[in-house]
Amino acid sequence: MEGINAKYVSQKISKTRWRPVSSSSLQQPDIFATGSWDNEDNKISIWSIGENGISSMDDEFEGDPQLVCEHKHNGDVLDLQFLDQDRIVTASSTGAVIIFRHHHNSQTLSVSQLWERAHHYPCDNAPCTGIVCNSPEIVTVGEDGRIILFRADQEGVLRTIENADSSTIHAVTFLRTTEILTVNSIGQLKIWDFRQQGNEPSQILSLTGDRVPLHCVDRHPNQQHIVATGGQDGMLCIWDVRQGNMPFSLMEAHSAEMWEVHFHPSNPDHLFSCSEDGSLLHWETSSNSDTPSFLQGGRNTSIVSRSALAPAGGNQSLISSWLTGDSSKGRLETTHMLPSQTLSVNSLDVLGQCL
Amino acid sequence: MEEVDVEPTTTPIPGFDSNQKHLGFVWGPGDILVYETIYKASGGSAGGCPFVHEVRKDEDIYSPILRKLFNESHHIFVGLQRIREDMPSKNKKPQFVSISKNYRSVIRACMEELQQVAVSTQDAALATQYGSQVSILLAVELIWNLCEVLFIDAAPAGSLVLHLLDWVRLHKADVDEKAREVLASESPAEHQAYWDVVISYVLQGRMDEARQVLVKQAALQPAARAMFKLLDNLLMKMPIFNPGETQTLTEFDVKWRHWREEVDRCLQDQSFASNPHLEDICKILVGDEDVLLEHKELLSTWYHFLVTRLLFSHPTVKPTELHYYAQSSMHMFLDTRSVPEPLDSILLAAFEFDIHQVIKDCSIALNNWWFVGHLTDLLDHCKLLQSHNLHFGSNLREFLLLEYASGLFTHHSLWQLAVDYFDHCPEFGRVYLELQIERVPLDTERKALKVIRICEQRQMTEQVRSICKIMAKKALRNNRLGSALSWSIRAKDAAFATLISERFLQDYCANGTFSDLDLIDNLGPAMLLSDRLTFLGKYREFHRLYGEKRFLDAAKLLLSLMTAKIAPRSFWMTLLTDALPLLEQIEVIFSADQTHELMFCLEELTSEKSVPNPDRPMQDEDIETTKIELLRLALARNLAMAIVKERESIEGLVGGWVAGAVVLTGMQPGQPFWRRRQDRDWEPQVIG
Repeated sequence: MEGINAKYVSQKISKTRWRPVSSSSLQQPDIFATGSWDNEDNKISIWSIGENGISSMDDEFEGDPQLVCEHKHNGDVLDLQFLDQDRIVTASSTGAVIIFRHHHNSQTLSVSQLWERAHHYPCDNAPCTGIVCNSPEIVTVGEDGRIILFRADQEGVLRTIENADSSTIHAVTFLRTTEILTVNSIGQLKIWDFRQQGNEPSQILSLTGDRVPLHCVDRHPNQQHIVATGGQDGMLCIWDVRQGNMPFSLMEAHSAEMWEVHFHPSNPDHLFSCSEDGSLLHWETSSNSDTPSFLQGGRNTSIVSRSALAPAGGNQSLISSWLTGDSSKGRLETTHMLPSQTLSVNSLDVLGQCL
Repeated sequence: MEEVDVEPTTTPIPGFDSNQKHLGFVWGPGDILVYETIYKASGGSAGGCPFVHEVRKDEDIYSPILRKLFNESHHIFVGLQRIREDMPSKNKKPQFVSISKNYRSVIRACMEELQQVAVSTQDAALATQYGSQVSILLAVELIWNLCEVLFIDAAPAGSLVLHLLDWVRLHKADVDEKAREVLASESPAEHQAYWDVVISYVLQGRMDEARQVLVKQAALQPAARAMFKLLDNLLMKMPIFNPGETQTLTEFDVKWRHWREEVDRCLQDQSFASNPHLEDICKILVGDEDVLLEHKELLSTWYHFLVTRLLFSHPTVKPTELHYYAQSSMHMFLDTRSVPEPLDSILLAAFEFDIHQVIKDCSIALNNWWFVGHLTDLLDHCKLLQSHNLHFGSNLREFLLLEYASGLFTHHSLWQLAVDYFDHCPEFGRVYLELQIERVPLDTERKALKVIRICEQRQMTEQVRSICKIMAKKALRNNRLGSALSWSIRAKDAAFATLISERFLQDYCANGTFSDLDLIDNLGPAMLLSDRLTFLGKYREFHRLYGEKRFLDAAKLLLSLMTAKIAPRSFWMTLLTDALPLLEQIEVIFSADQTHELMFCLEELTSEKSVPNPDRPMQDEDIETTKIELLRLALARNLAMAIVKERESIEGLVGGWVAGAVVLTGMQPGQPFWRRRQDRDWEPQVIG
């Protein structure tokens, strides 16, 4: 798909995710889910682009996302992940963790599992800020500094690390099957090993000195020791968790909070980040340049922006090098974007090759 | 006291009897809170109603479809503000026109969606609600379009009528629908609406379409072919002003007069006498007002009548003459109806080029500020609003935008849009924003961060501080000391940081361990925010050094905490107690000088406490005295060992020193130590 698609929906979207496609089929992702925030009634919605799924597709609407189904969501959707083909896990600002099942035949959504007040304060709800799935395990983190491990097929909580962090944990990712990495609002990365019994992190990495809150983290899909984080100052950090307390490289990227960062799952030389300042950057490693340089256009993006959003005009691409690799096309999606870059891009997700 | 322009409407409040009870109310930004009250200066609280009603002025803002209108127009608005002043005004006009068209297309898109929903919905009440919203939008679009033609585009004579024709055609599109229906029927010429279609086309000045439809009839009546041919010719020859060509207005006027004479001649000849329909058309062509009024049904509105009348009687009308024709057309058309509706008076005001009247009437007639706010802003950019100073606020544009934005701010999720509107109100926008932004409810940290970012971009440090403080308070309430501390560091709030540090120290005293080490260990320069925080960080550093068995560094740090007066006096006892294990080490850690300093600290502390506190229980006092005794002993022993060690390098004199030190241990509590100064003075003497 060339160019950018935008659609106004009457809600504010906080997160968006492509549905994973089975690796055997070469088909492109065509279904994605979104979660909204700050509305009177928040919703989680499934959208479809392309012909399948919906019967009433006019030609003029081709490529335009169509609402497949939606379900009411209690509290703001703070994070959203596909557990597998038809299950979605959401993190709510009420502290609940909910698994939704998307029924493909009837095209409906239903709650299949709900952990009420998974994250909480003694007398109040604590928002659950991040989730990561490694089917069937789900790890959630929250503003209460807890890390909770669930299993999708079990009722109870598998394990809770109380007081894992003194401040809010903003995001979490799996390093290995038993190791997770969290980022918090005082600029630290903590690695936790579930094989160890204690409530202490196995390693703490931090940017010395400035304690800039980190908002997002993603792991290199092939090289598990490489991790990218984005923080409040819009700085992109690449870390090698095997060595050193210091980040591998630091790159000035956005002018405001970086809300999400993602490696391209099949082309890890590409990295995408989005920010509060309304920009969405495409990072690309190239073996011959060390300094970031600007690249205008030349890529296929499908930006689905909504609510307060319109097509993205002022998008810039940025090439930089942190490892080595060569270029190819990626496809990404964002929300919350204005060409004039006045409102923030809240979320992005990358999956699959170009359409 | 100003007069009220229109009678205010009454909103009934369910479950409330206005004859028996009284209402109290409080103004909100976009709504008022109403509650039942008892109108008595004093008296009991008998029978108060537990409900508080919220009366909203504007409920459209909560409609999901109209939300798109607000969002999209926000985007256009921001684009408009970016058009810079320095651009030559010649290039600006087309830009303003295109912005105006963008606004209108947004209205149209919303209208279409609403219409679809209104048709498909099952609920009758909802359908009427959507229907009324559609009609409001329709009127809004109509007014906007006229304003665009008259004010923004400011068409000169000649092309003015053409623009007005476009305007009428756009808003009376049912002709095309009817025409399609007629043409699709088996024999179009015999369809009952056939002549309606032809005449409607003529009334809208769409001569080519009218001719095409006429051909059908001509084919049926070969006898009257000559007559049809004549009319066809007349219709074809009607001169239309073309602003793109070099033709001047006078040339056009001459041409038009010729054509009109020709039509008039045909009428005098009675060329169409045999066919009343054709004669009517011919009469319309000469602008016969009586015939036009006969076709009221087809014209349907007075402004359509006006435009048709202008087209056939005064095609070169100047904008300044417009109001005369508008008034007379309205009176001619509306003679049966007594009172003109608000829409009529708004349009009339527009034809009279009374922009302020248009805006005023719209503000009264419409239930929200969206339309007037955006229109006024656009007109202001076109420099069309004279400095019409209000006796409140700064100017009309800003006043309306502020009202609109305040309305948006009350919305639970549209508040982000309002920020940009406030930004473009130079005089009071910032004050409004400052007041409103602090009141955004913050449920999650993410939202708080977004709000903070908005404030930071505008250098609103006071608001950033207050938001951080709110978050810190919240975290503290939930016993999240770490979070609270990092928020207060962000707020640079020394007082609150002190409070939280105090809590940390209390927790330490109670439990003997620190919580949230990850934060305290990494305070960095933020530590300097408050004295107490500095102490907390340093004290924790002491514990770390101690844990790492770097006793010498630890001892130095501990001492400096007291001598540099970083540690609060109340905490000195704890610090001295912490020094105990260091004093008891086999190795000498505190040097003689350091030990002296420690002794001095202890003495300062005990001398202060010499006045006994009657509130304190005896037991506590006992523990305290034992502690002090223990400390004295340990200090003296350490001093002795330190002196021994320091003197070992110097031969002799050892025995005397030990004796001297032992004397110290025998001293009574409360008695002062030797002056340190004397002590030092003595040292070199001995060595010498």
